[in-house]
Amino acid sequence: MTGLTSAPVPPPGPDDHVRGAAGAPLVILYADFTCPRCALAAERLRAAPVRTCFRHLALATRHRRAVPAAIAAEAAARQDAFWAFHDALFADQGRLDDPHLWERCERLGLDVARFEADRRDPALAERVTRDVRGALRAGAATTPAYVLGDALHQGVPDAERLSSLS
Amino acid sequence: MAVLAPGAPAPEFSLQREDGEAFTRADLAGRTVVLVFYPFAFSPVCTDQLQVYEEALGEITADGAEIYGVSCDAPYSQTAFREKLGVTIPQLSDFEPKGEASRAFGAFFAPGGMATRALVVLKDGVVAWSWEGEHPGVLPGVNLVFDGLQAAASA
Repeated sequence: MTGLTSAPVPPPGPDDHVRGAAGAPLVILYADFTCPRCALAAERLRAAPVRTCFRHLALATRHRRAVPAAIAAEAAARQDAFWAFHDALFADQGRLDDPHLWERCERLGLDVARFEADRRDPALAERVTRDVRGALRAGAATTPAYVLGDALHQGVPDAERLSSLS
Repeated sequence: MAVLAPGAPAPEFSLQREDGEAFTRADLAGRTVVLVFYPFAFSPVCTDQLQVYEEALGEITADGAEIYGVSCDAPYSQTAFREKLGVTIPQLSDFEPKGEASRAFGAFFAPGGMATRALVVLKDGVVAWSWEGEHPGVLPGVNLVFDGLQAAASA
């Protein structure tokens, strides 16, 4: 009974998705591609002088497409398109069914057949689960949650606070 | 009002299950039970909290522990709430007399006329671990439930 006892957020590792200027303050965002508040959080981080590390907080109970969308982003990552897919998912959260994912692949120039094969690789589902468990152990109880400094915060990061970071 | 501390025996109380049957102190005997007190069905924060707990429900109950949501809503409201969320965690109603069981556990927020946000883990009718937020808006992650179960296992 110790699987999800309290633990700090794991530090960024080599297979984490990170973008932003080197040397900028790091924000670890735990988010779900079906969650409107998460889309707002991603937009604010994109506009802020920070480096963003994206991790999945995809809850099956929240939305039937939460986990499939997270796995799809990991499949896109295998074609070096994680962030492009991330942006495309958050830009149109009303269209997250499989045909919509294939449309995104085509628009981004991805190999759809390879995407489909990769989506079924259990390693990607395990990767998403790993992120979710890390978030739960750190105390995330809502989406989004984010880590700035040593503290886990619940909710959407404040735009003014983000813009003041450097 | 502070939530009951570890070592305290469960008070006499009566809550109503979703099927109308009573849930009382006698139902705690020989069991490990997690009571999740929350303010209101359908409030956004409660929605997030129970959906996160549902994600870990299999692990929470794997070793025989039981978990229940407790609020001052009527049983019908709780069931509608639970079904809307797609959550299976059973609910216990503290509707009538309103808040009496929550008060007995020290988990009633009088200014709001509602249960406060608190967690109580009981082992064989005795509080093994408890948590209470600074105010009802503070969200307890499911990690705290596991911390409580770990404390109960070693109690």
